Amino acid sequence: MAAHLSSGRVNLTALREAGRRELREFLDKCAGSKAIVWDEYLTGPFGLIAQYSLLKEHEVEKMFTLKPGRLPQADVKNIIFFVRPKLELMDIIAENVLREDRGRSPQRDFHILFVPRRSLLCEQWLKEQGVLGSFIHREQYSLDLIPFDGDLLSMESESAFKECYLESDQTSLYHAAKGLMTLQALYGTIPQIFGKGECARHVANMMIRMRREFPGSQNSIFPVFDTLLLLDRNVDLLTPLATQLTYEGLIDEIYGIQNTYVKLPPEKFAPKKQGEGGKDLPTEPKKLQLNSAEELYAEIRDKNFNAVGSVLSKKAKIISAAFEERHHAKTVGEIKQFVSQLPHMQAARSSLANHTSIAELIKDITTSEDFFDNLTVEQEFMSGIDTDKVNNYIEDCIAQKHPLIKILRLVCLQSVCNSGLKQKVLDYYKREILQTYGYEHILTLNNLEKAGLLKPQMGGRNNYPTIRKTLRLWMDDVNEQNPNDISYVYSGYAPLSVRLAQLLARPGWRSIEEVLKMLPGPHFEERQQLPTGLQKKRQHGENRVTLVFFLGGVTYAEIAALRFLSQMEDGGTEYVIATTKLINGTSWIKSLMEKLEPAPF
Amino acid sequence: MSRARADEEEYWHSSKFRAFTFDDEDDELSQLKESKRAVNRLRDIVDDDDDDDDLERVSWSGEPVGSISWSIKETASSSTSSLEGRDSSLQKGSSSYAAFPKPVSSYSLSSLFKGELCLSLSALSDTGAKNYAPELRRPKAEYKDYSSDWSPKDTVRRMQRGKVCSLERFRSLQDKLVLLDEAVAGHDGNVITAVTLIYFTPLYISLFPIEILFRELEVRQVALCHLIHFLKETGEQKLLLDLLRFLDRTEEVALSQYREHLNIQDVEKRREFLKGCIGLPFSAEDTSHVQDHYTLLERQIIIETSDRHLETAGQSEIFRKYPRKASILNMPLVTTLFYSCFYHYTEAEGTFSSPTNLKKTFKIPDKQYVLTALAARAKLRAWDDVDALFTTKNWLGYTKKKAPIGFHRVVEILQKNNAPVQVLQEYVRLVEDVETRLNLATKYKCHDVVIETYRDLKDRIQLTAYKCKVERGSADEEKINSILNNMVRNTY
Repeated sequence: MAAHLSSGRVNLTALREAGRRELREFLDKCAGSKAIVWDEYLTGPFGLIAQYSLLKEHEVEKMFTLKPGRLPQADVKNIIFFVRPKLELMDIIAENVLREDRGRSPQRDFHILFVPRRSLLCEQWLKEQGVLGSFIHREQYSLDLIPFDGDLLSMESESAFKECYLESDQTSLYHAAKGLMTLQALYGTIPQIFGKGECARHVANMMIRMRREFPGSQNSIFPVFDTLLLLDRNVDLLTPLATQLTYEGLIDEIYGIQNTYVKLPPEKFAPKKQGEGGKDLPTEPKKLQLNSAEELYAEIRDKNFNAVGSVLSKKAKIISAAFEERHHAKTVGEIKQFVSQLPHMQAARSSLANHTSIAELIKDITTSEDFFDNLTVEQEFMSGIDTDKVNNYIEDCIAQKHPLIKILRLVCLQSVCNSGLKQKVLDYYKREILQTYGYEHILTLNNLEKAGLLKPQMGGRNNYPTIRKTLRLWMDDVNEQNPNDISYVYSGYAPLSVRLAQLLARPGWRSIEEVLKMLPGPHFEERQQLPTGLQKKRQHGENRVTLVFFLGGVTYAEIAALRFLSQMEDGGTEYVIATTKLINGTSWIKSLMEKLEPAPF
Repeated sequence: MSRARADEEEYWHSSKFRAFTFDDEDDELSQLKESKRAVNRLRDIVDDDDDDDDLERVSWSGEPVGSISWSIKETASSSTSSLEGRDSSLQKGSSSYAAFPKPVSSYSLSSLFKGELCLSLSALSDTGAKNYAPELRRPKAEYKDYSSDWSPKDTVRRMQRGKVCSLERFRSLQDKLVLLDEAVAGHDGNVITAVTLIYFTPLYISLFPIEILFRELEVRQVALCHLIHFLKETGEQKLLLDLLRFLDRTEEVALSQYREHLNIQDVEKRREFLKGCIGLPFSAEDTSHVQDHYTLLERQIIIETSDRHLETAGQSEIFRKYPRKASILNMPLVTTLFYSCFYHYTEAEGTFSSPTNLKKTFKIPDKQYVLTALAARAKLRAWDDVDALFTTKNWLGYTKKKAPIGFHRVVEILQKNNAPVQVLQEYVRLVEDVETRLNLATKYKCHDVVIETYRDLKDRIQLTAYKCKVERGSADEEKINSILNNMVRNTY
């Protein structure tokens, strides 16, 4: 089930196992049959830790989604709420408990499991509603870093960026530090910590403090990671705004990947049996899991989309040839061998069929005129063309009432690529947006300003060209088929964040001191002393392992770029990626928008 | 087996799906075709029945059988049916609680503190104290005691781990500050908020002027941020505004107050509220936006009242012919302008509902105005209005066609509204760029324009080629022939 987690340089199965063990221990505390009431948001992340079978082995018989009103009937001894510590969820739980039929026998026992942390405020809230005493077990489940793939961990904390940069609430940073401590407990203390940004500084401080305060965390595990690189998202606001052009990135941009699953329009995936005729074409979206367990997907996910077609066609030929083999199988032994390979070939065939369909769906979009126009404008901005005046395309999009998020993405991109917009340009955009989409979006525009995504240019200075040139963020000759630089993931633009990681590994940040000073927040280096016995003696030619932690979110294209660096022959560094949330420009901007009441009709 | 293959072929090549296939041959992705064909060919080799393969089993929705979200549906469905009759209102509807109205008003800070120092967390210990959250590493010391004599540091540390502890002993302001500093150093927002809140108990609020409490916090910015976040989340508006005002964060005060209008459903009350917002200390531009917001809603209320009346009376033809789909209240400005161009186009500038009045009041740019008016009039197929929109007269009385948005855009909008070819070609002709003009004309079958353009370009070859695009024996064909003949004559 979790083979893909152990495929990378660091075996992340251990982390998953730790999570499963903790879950089992908790379930066993509530003796007898149980029903779990889920905070719906948690089912996705939990699915990456455990399947229903694990819960069933521990007498979980029913599962419900948390909803106001009365709890559904279920003949179980225990009702367990799995929830995030959010006040609005406490209200629902209180209602559920209060409406429980007291006369029923036998009585059901209530328990509550907070993920990732118990909250005093929430418990106080429950107490005020008079239900706190109803809970026998109130515990926490530290689901901080969830393994998504062999080289990828995420906290799936949706609002982390907003909380850190808009509300100065650092709770998610505390959780990040906690998650890193867990990781160190399993994989050894990380000897070197680098960081850039305010939040990175905080997390490093917390880690050092926690290590000092909990002597128990001194472990005798040989360190797996050589370096930890903490990066603030606000050091690189540009990258998530651009449209990702890798296969996985585009799937996420267009359909949104949630906890490694994607939902796709069903028409392309009609059931294979045609006997029933065309009338019951599926209407429910087709859901697919996407991770490196699927051989073909692992191969194409990080490629530029323009290089995917040729791989699929090559695969098709190989599979065809493999099936043709059956004609040459003469002896019983040969036939037997062919048959024994069938399951694997069949899996490959079905995988090829799925990705051929997905590629077709994506191609419909990437070949559309609007996609092209949008991309052209993005690339102009990123290469520094015409960033200081009102852009015609953006104006047209507003006039045609394209989705607001698209407009905001473009305007923010322009602002970031110009170190802020000229006051006149900014005012013009704002006015157009408010007149077309409604004045209440003043609130959203203010949030974007506070986050630094949309701002007036200070002192008339534009630093972006210097940053672009020094870090080589724009590459004119990009090779999409056989890339030689990370810029292939955006067909020209090399993600700033990943460039920082690359330059840190070689030749080191000292070479870019000037540019680092132009980017927000401090940059720093810390060392965690290890007992002499644990100090690494590197074998010649052995790669270093760096954990890059993106505070505030990371995109699939950035992940692809880091994987590309890991695979470079003379790279010398392999990367494992951690983040507070997997994001794309749309989900990111959305998290910063003011939640408006639905229209009154 | 051959039947199965035929079925498969039919599936992949049936017209329904052809729409998705790639047609330009030299595209790299046309290679997908190949892989698709291969996939098809393989189908009939492989056993049709997928149930016994060793792939992960997936239910149709794609959820792997046995995954948590799949199981929720599965295990819940049995009980849903039994409940449906009794309590269907709860079972149906959106499954996300976000859709349920959040009882904002019920969150009040004061309810958190019914008694003095209610946040003494020892009260929480009634049942749960003996259970420890499972942790990866657990220092032995924690098993031992429940002494309430924790130092500030230990208290914070315990709170961070969700352990029970009493805050009652931190009685003096000084003690509280030490505790708060510890909490801030720990960075756990949950704990920081909880500790910060012990400043705002009824006892404290009654003993000290609120400014003194605020001042204590002022030097602890982190604590303040958490408090502000908490007050926002719980909708404790009054204390929030007091605090922001004290901190001189006036713009935030203004925005935070303005945000409140979203919770007011009644339009009259909302209008009144917005009027009150105008004087708030926004930035200069935001002030003018808020002013516009108020003026717009005021205008919409007037228009809505009168139009609803007109509509129900059934006297006005336009409302009879095109009944309104929704009320105009709370719509954006541009939508309102569209509405006004649709229903009130000919009204004099003096009336509130006339487009020109809206344009003037809100200083709508020419481009925006023309686009909106064009879309509205085209939708009504009022081609004369469309024509008038682009006609300008100079002082000699000559008329000239001019469009601030470019005629290619005009054509697009007209085309979207199914304008007839005669109307369309008039504007296609006005597109300046020859290539764009040819493209549009060919796309929308404005034969006249295509023919004339090729004639002007003296492009015999293209013109001859275009002959096959027009109907045989039609006037268009004749026209082409005569031009071609003329060209021949001129050449020789």
